[in-house]
Amino acid sequence: MKVSGSEILIESLKKEGVKHIFGYPGGVVLNIFDYLYGDKDIKLFLTRHEQGATHAADGYARSTGHVGVALVTSGPGATNTVTGLATAAMDSIPIVVITGQVATSLIGNDAFQEADIVGITRPCTKYNYLVKDVHDLAYIVKEAFYIASSGRPGPVVIDLPKDVTAVQAKFNWPEKIDVRSYNPTMEGNRWMIEKAARKIEKSRKPIIIAGGGVIGSGASPELLELAEFTRIPVTTTLMGIGGFPSTHALSLGMPGMHGTYYANMSIQDSDLIIAVGMRFDDRVTGKLDAFAPNAEIIHIDIDPTSIRKNVDVAIPIVGDCKKVLAVLNQVLKEGEMLQWAEIRKAWLKQIDEWKKLRPLSYTFDENVIKPQYVVERLYALTGGDAIITTEVGQNQMWAAQFFKYDKPRTFLSSGGLGTMGYGFPAAIGAQVAHPDKTVIDIAGDGSIQMNIQELATAVLYELPVKVAILNNQYLGMVRQWQELFYGERYSHSHLKGVPDFVKVAEAYGAVGLRATKPSEVDAVIKEALKIKKTVFMDFVIDWKEKVYPMVPAGAPIDQMLFEEAPKKEDKKLKAVK
Amino acid sequence: MRHTISVLVENKFGVLSRVAGLFSGRGYNIESLSVGETLDPKISAMTIVTTGEEQVIEQITKQLNKLIDVIKVQDLFEVDHVEREMVLMKVSPRQEHKAEVLRLAEIFRGRVVDSSPKTYTIEITGDEKKLEAFIELMKPMGVKEFVRSGKIAIAREMSKNK
Repeated sequence: MKVSGSEILIESLKKEGVKHIFGYPGGVVLNIFDYLYGDKDIKLFLTRHEQGATHAADGYARSTGHVGVALVTSGPGATNTVTGLATAAMDSIPIVVITGQVATSLIGNDAFQEADIVGITRPCTKYNYLVKDVHDLAYIVKEAFYIASSGRPGPVVIDLPKDVTAVQAKFNWPEKIDVRSYNPTMEGNRWMIEKAARKIEKSRKPIIIAGGGVIGSGASPELLELAEFTRIPVTTTLMGIGGFPSTHALSLGMPGMHGTYYANMSIQDSDLIIAVGMRFDDRVTGKLDAFAPNAEIIHIDIDPTSIRKNVDVAIPIVGDCKKVLAVLNQVLKEGEMLQWAEIRKAWLKQIDEWKKLRPLSYTFDENVIKPQYVVERLYALTGGDAIITTEVGQNQMWAAQFFKYDKPRTFLSSGGLGTMGYGFPAAIGAQVAHPDKTVIDIAGDGSIQMNIQELATAVLYELPVKVAILNNQYLGMVRQWQELFYGERYSHSHLKGVPDFVKVAEAYGAVGLRATKPSEVDAVIKEALKIKKTVFMDFVIDWKEKVYPMVPAGAPIDQMLFEEAPKKEDKKLKAVK
Repeated sequence: MRHTISVLVENKFGVLSRVAGLFSGRGYNIESLSVGETLDPKISAMTIVTTGEEQVIEQITKQLNKLIDVIKVQDLFEVDHVEREMVLMKVSPRQEHKAEVLRLAEIFRGRVVDSSPKTYTIEITGDEKKLEAFIELMKPMGVKEFVRSGKIAIAREMSKNK
């Protein structure tokens, strides 16, 4: 029996286990939307912008580990997904975006709403397809999901011309596929892993830097086992947050530009770095020549291009983090019987001193709300049992520093691309996947305005997403740089004309709450958590507050700026210089 | 250093732009690129000549390998191989140079593939040095224009890693 291309597409998505799609209709995808009309198995969430749909699919993927799906029309609908695709590409997030295309006979003619989306998205996708023949469609869908979710995951675009959605063909679902030119290395080289184990046994000042690969591969249990068995402290990059419990005694928080003092000092003083699923981004390393001058590096990553891209590596191990760590743990346990606790005593004591010398801190004020206080209260009042999404800038860093994340897939943030406007639609995607969980977008007044139209989506589908707006009427991180490095010349960072967010929320049918004093913060959060509706919490915060510690761009990561001058003589800081 | 990299790719539309886009997007040099079908019509072979520090070349080969449509990448810098390039050159020599032009073409084992009352079109193949030498010698003879094919290369059958 022959069926339409639209039916093949949707039935293929069902075969891949898709239950939720985020999308927006348009001319060339009418056939697909028509087939979806009244469909019981797949629910489409109509966003208010295609960027919102793409970020929602991304948030869905990050919070579940499953492929997120967006469906949009051609031309502007498709180009609106580019930021979402680039966001997912930079952070290795598996999403499949289906874009409509003008009919094959019109391609290349500058037809109405035509855009060469395969050309446009080539550099910001893992792979993309233009489906010219309906007989290839089922296979392409299967392959797209396989490529998006395997190896180093990433976004895949399927561009589907209108005529292909209409013509009839037999639906042949391929049970197996084989892409001869794509075979990600999953198992790490055993010999290399053994070499790594021997290095770990000899090291006296080791540190683990865990990145997004730990979360992507589900390696958290193996990482915890490694850290606890060998007593090695763990710092998690922005993308790795949640991959190792923040509240664990061996956790050092985040490294890098706004990392903790003790994470950065430990890296700089270490003799061995075990890098797991991270890529030595410039926000982590600071000045490359001065990065971890005494350390040898063991680098575990599924993507060979991540290895030796920025730093020299003594032991490269290409493979899936979970599988490699499992073998590494086994090799270490079968190896020499070492008194790990004893060996690690001096190093952990040193780190403890750094922790005591400069914990993450801020100065509480009774009269004006400090943003860090809001984040701390969100943590306390949710008991940490929440999925946090962030926008980008100061809000993102405070969310990373002052909330504690003990489980993977509970901190969703645009790390690589740094996309303002990511957090709210991502929270919508996460809430769709986890209807019973508390999902909070920690936002700034600038970022939230970049996809504020998605309030309609959240309200329409009764998604009880909470948005905590840290409202300082500024593009805070830009303002911070201008204050510190541009002689307080606040060029265009003052967001005059920030709307009344309470009224905006109410206008969309959501709930708006506001706190202007620290004493009001708890009441607002408690109220928001109680209401089973979309809530905007407008926290009017101290606009002068800055994110600390801070490593100025291009400086070594042990040269940090702090809120105030150091109280005690810091010998170690000098020693490293 | 200058490296000649041989790349086997799926013979699909768009693959060339994926490869070219990789080089432009990441700021790698590309001196020449040539591409053609192989024995298996579903596979194309590309020969890419590029320059860069060792670390950059390592990234280039890794990034090429990472492209979904790339089947195999071989850096020929590490193996014995044969390289060839072709030049098609139009010369309009003065009467007294005509014999010299034909003689030079013969010395370099070139062939005249087209001629008109005023011009010869000469085809010549060889490695880069040979072609450079030929072009230099011909320049005073009234070269009107020439085109170069870009390099193609293949590993020697008995090749050993250098």
